[in-house]
Amino acid sequence: MSAMPHIEPLGDSALLLRFGDGVDAAINQRVHACAAALHAWAPAWLLDVTPAHASLAVHIDTNTLGGTDPLDTVHAELASWLAETRTNSIEIRERFVEIPVLYGGDSGPDLEILATLAGMNPAEVVTRHTAAICTVAMLGFAPGFPYLLGLDPALAMPRRANPRARVEAGSVGIGGAQTGIYPAAGPGGWRIIGRTPLRLFDAARDPPSLLQAGDRVRFVAIDAAHFAPADRRT
Amino acid sequence: MMSIDVLVPGLLTTVQDGGRHHAHGIGVGVAGAADAYSMNVANLLVGNPPTAAVLEINLSGPRLLFRRATTLAICGAHIDAQADGIALPGWRPIYLPARSTVLLGACRAGARVYLAVDGGIAVPEILGSRSTDLRGGFGGFHGRALRAGDRLPLGASHTRRRALDAPIIAPWWIDHEPDLDFAESIAVRVLQGSDATAPSDALLTQEFIVDAASNRQGLRLHGASPLRAANARERVSEPVVPGTVQLPPDGQPIVLLADAQTVGGYPRIGHVIAADLPRLAQRRPGQGLRFIPVDARQAALANAQQRARLGRIAVAMGTVGDWEKATR
Repeated sequence: MSAMPHIEPLGDSALLLRFGDGVDAAINQRVHACAAALHAWAPAWLLDVTPAHASLAVHIDTNTLGGTDPLDTVHAELASWLAETRTNSIEIRERFVEIPVLYGGDSGPDLEILATLAGMNPAEVVTRHTAAICTVAMLGFAPGFPYLLGLDPALAMPRRANPRARVEAGSVGIGGAQTGIYPAAGPGGWRIIGRTPLRLFDAARDPPSLLQAGDRVRFVAIDAAHFAPADRRT
Repeated sequence: MMSIDVLVPGLLTTVQDGGRHHAHGIGVGVAGAADAYSMNVANLLVGNPPTAAVLEINLSGPRLLFRRATTLAICGAHIDAQADGIALPGWRPIYLPARSTVLLGACRAGARVYLAVDGGIAVPEILGSRSTDLRGGFGGFHGRALRAGDRLPLGASHTRRRALDAPIIAPWWIDHEPDLDFAESIAVRVLQGSDATAPSDALLTQEFIVDAASNRQGLRLHGASPLRAANARERVSEPVVPGTVQLPPDGQPIVLLADAQTVGGYPRIGHVIAADLPRLAQRRPGQGLRFIPVDARQAALANAQQRARLGRIAVAMGTVGDWEKATR
């Protein structure tokens, strides 16, 4: 692969592979290519991989390793694997997912203020938000919570100074240059512009998470008549 | 099916096991017993695999009805426990007659108690674990802490013994030292994180007090002088793990515990070694701790030694058959 990621310890049971230190779609794609390649390689000591924006954690089952410094052993194995594997050429199964969203009103309490701050009317915010094709950069914060890149830069907005005590499940929010979706109700600081009736995370479903890292996503505006959250927890 | 009836749930009692290790990619953390050492020992004492599902009891305990005879063990924090008026000491197997009511009081030292039952708590496995994910609201018993009226399913018992009138309590016990330390202030071994503090040894030169806002997700610490990251740049979210020491803007560190989220954006100024997570999970609000620096080799040695002590307990449990025979 082009530039080798930097490898460093993450405690005594994981290593961190760092590909960069910013939010960047090209770097993020390398992270997911590497994650897929690691899962395909599946060495005995590999417990799991946590892909993030510009880095990924390699979780290690140290029980399977002997020696005085098991992490050092894995570090050496990983370094030589990275040197001889072209993880960039790994094909990521790319999925396209449409997310229906009821924008504004009680479902999107921050739509108006976001429009005002962005110098446009709410309808234009919706038009711009539904025009973009976004990519799931990572899942985190809570089970199934996606961080989506590809937001129209005109809609980028810092998070609220005071997070809300309760954000409803399915709430679609803007935080900086990203869109996020809250899988479950709870406190949250993103600017909520709408809400989807889809259930983002259901542990009993296979797969449990509606979205996977690397997925392409487009938001589709719906009206209240098409918002039927009957099948999910609120 | 064998079951336990929850008469009184206690402050926060959840089903936990060895945790969920294969779903980080969709934002699902490990969960599992915050003090895995005590869970391991409790399971070994009742003849279970070390990471079978147990009850994790926080600070104040439940009242439970066992309808059938069983074997149980209570490890972790020191707690007053009794079965129908007979005191049940910790760190040893206890044979319990049918229709026993077990009452667990408040923790006297330490914060978390692990109650293992022969056969394990048989809630369904979700994403490879029976642990309760409190933030995600799944796993364990319906994804939540226990409530009065819950009936917990138990796995098949593997011990067969005569009917008992009263509990039989093993006359020996497991010594939890050096793996747990309930002193007012303890030392916790820490590895370097990817972010430095200024000055670089600021995490190591003061004592921290555990804040009351601590929970299974993290131990919030309070130091007399707030810490500062050497590099104040904004950080993109990166993976974190149980044991990661995060530094939020207020300068008071948070050590992530079993319910750690999978990624975090705060500077990561250290990592508590795996072998010391149990003693960390036993800290109570108001108690103190200091960090002492170790390197990767020292951490690996400490972890291997703890595993070896657990291994010896497992071996011993296979060889205490004489006492078992006498009570059969």
